[in-house]
Amino acid sequence: MHIEIEDLAKEFGLTTALHPVSLAIPSGALVALLGPSGSGKTTLLRILGGLERPDQGRVRFDGQDATNLSVQQRRAGFVFQHYALFKHMTVFENIAYGLRARPRRERPTAAEIDRRVNKLLALIQLPDIARRYPAQLSGGQRQRVALARALAIEPRMLLLDEPFGALDARVRKELRTGLREIHDQTGLTTVFVTHDQDEAMELADLVVVMSMGRIEQIGAPEAIRARPATRFVREFLAA
Amino acid sequence: MADAAIDPPRREGPALRASPTEEPSWFRRSLIAVVVGLLGIALFAPLATVFAEALKNGLAAAISSLGDRDLLAAVRLTLITAAIAVPLTAIFGLAAAWAIAKFDFRGKAFLITLIDLPFSVSPVVAGLCLVLLYGANSAFGAWLIAHGVQVVFAVPAIVLATMFVTFPFVAREVIPVMQEQGRSEEEAALTLGASGWRTFLTVTLPNVRWALLYGVLLCNARAMGEFGAVAVVSGKIRGQTATMPLMIEMLYNEYLSVAAFTMAALLALLALVTLTLKSALEWRYADQLAASRRH
Ligand SMILES: Nc1ncnc2c1ncn2[C@@H]1O[C@H](COP(=O)(O)OP(=O)(O)OP(=O)(O)O)[C@@H](O)[C@H]1O
Ligand SMILES: [Mg+2]
Repeated sequence: MHIEIEDLAKEFGLTTALHPVSLAIPSGALVALLGPSGSGKTTLLRILGGLERPDQGRVRFDGQDATNLSVQQRRAGFVFQHYALFKHMTVFENIAYGLRARPRRERPTAAEIDRRVNKLLALIQLPDIARRYPAQLSGGQRQRVALARALAIEPRMLLLDEPFGALDARVRKELRTGLREIHDQTGLTTVFVTHDQDEAMELADLVVVMSMGRIEQIGAPEAIRARPATRFVREFLAA
Repeated sequence: MADAAIDPPRREGPALRASPTEEPSWFRRSLIAVVVGLLGIALFAPLATVFAEALKNGLAAAISSLGDRDLLAAVRLTLITAAIAVPLTAIFGLAAAWAIAKFDFRGKAFLITLIDLPFSVSPVVAGLCLVLLYGANSAFGAWLIAHGVQVVFAVPAIVLATMFVTFPFVAREVIPVMQEQGRSEEEAALTLGASGWRTFLTVTLPNVRWALLYGVLLCNARAMGEFGAVAVVSGKIRGQTATMPLMIEMLYNEYLSVAAFTMAALLALLALVTLTLKSALEWRYADQLAASRRH
């Protein structure tokens, strides 16, 4: 699914989180929103997912206006910064949540849900943890469960807020590869937020550099490295 | 709330002090002694006396003193009042907590103060306000009476007074838990396609269920025991609007001490049942409690 963003702006009281920004994301791309803290990355991601309403501007999914679609209607697989797993549910119940929440007509049978959850557990390479609670998992395992939970709803796109933020360097590397593989297998348009330029450059097809609520540059990693468009980008990459 | 899972594994070895952060043992022991002593003087002894007085002339005398119609009516009224007031306060408390913890709106600080109002206003004053508002002397009260709705000196006023004094209990317990949990689990449920109501039932409510239970139990204990506000609005009509605490006071003033203390023991027993229920639930779900606390 390709996503078009036109002149999106958002204010929170006196702070302007996003000045009007525009961006086109081709179908199936893996896109990084890169920028320092407070640059508006999370705000942009949340607007895409329908968790925040823009003050102005439009969002289009596959050419269709999606600005006023509710969060449920958007069917975006969202992975939260601290995963937001349901603490009182097992891993199985977490992953099955979205399927069980469907209206009765569209809800898969219990056997079908079982099959799909197990398939997802295999996909994230954690087949044996279905009965555990989130508190009994490592950080990396939680992250992968959050990803499986988001994938379970057969999302139209995948949105991840600092998916590797809270993990140590080795696990980050592993999970980066994991995300790339899952992206390539599913072909989902994927947007992830990061403030780590290595992560953005290594993983993404398209990097969107942001600063103070504005988009500074959009381009392939090599292009951005070779030709920083603004002084901010040059200094940010040098840091 | 009880902290399970704080017991660290003891290491073998010469060091007797279990942990470097622990206080010396004489200090711990005397602190525990002081607490137990105070509890004994202030709580256990009076409770024990109530039961002793009630059973002074034997169990049979105590039970037969309860056979009185007015006393049974008082017990029934107290139970009915709690059965109406507690669920309503629980629902209002949940709604208020939800609004305060999860949304930003103007007048939020004012709402928080309002919730605490019953803690700072004397119950007697609260009762008087209800009488002024719903009594025959006010236009609203007169209108109600003209339409056949008797509020003051009847069950509705007793329920209202009880709700007034118990309002903060559920909200106060639930608000901090909801605030600590933030919005992200709920947002996750919404992105997974759940409706707002389903999110509330499957995510919000389970996350606050222990705080809610605590609040409800406290609220229930207070609802059954409330004296001041109810005394003002009820008119203390025996057999009709006298709740258990009111009945106890009347019996006591009439030197009917066995009946008074039996009634008091019964009221204490109801509270103890509540506490036992709470402990039983905590014990039954200890691992869940611990799991929800880790993280
Ligand atoms: N709910 C909110 N209420 C008020 N201000 C907000 C809110 N959300 C974001 N902001 C403000 O909007 C600006 C952009 O925030 P945003 O969370 O989008 O930044 P970010 O790029 O994700 O930063 P980080 O890397 O620290 O997560 C910041 O100045 C922030 O303080
Ligand atoms: Mg952010």
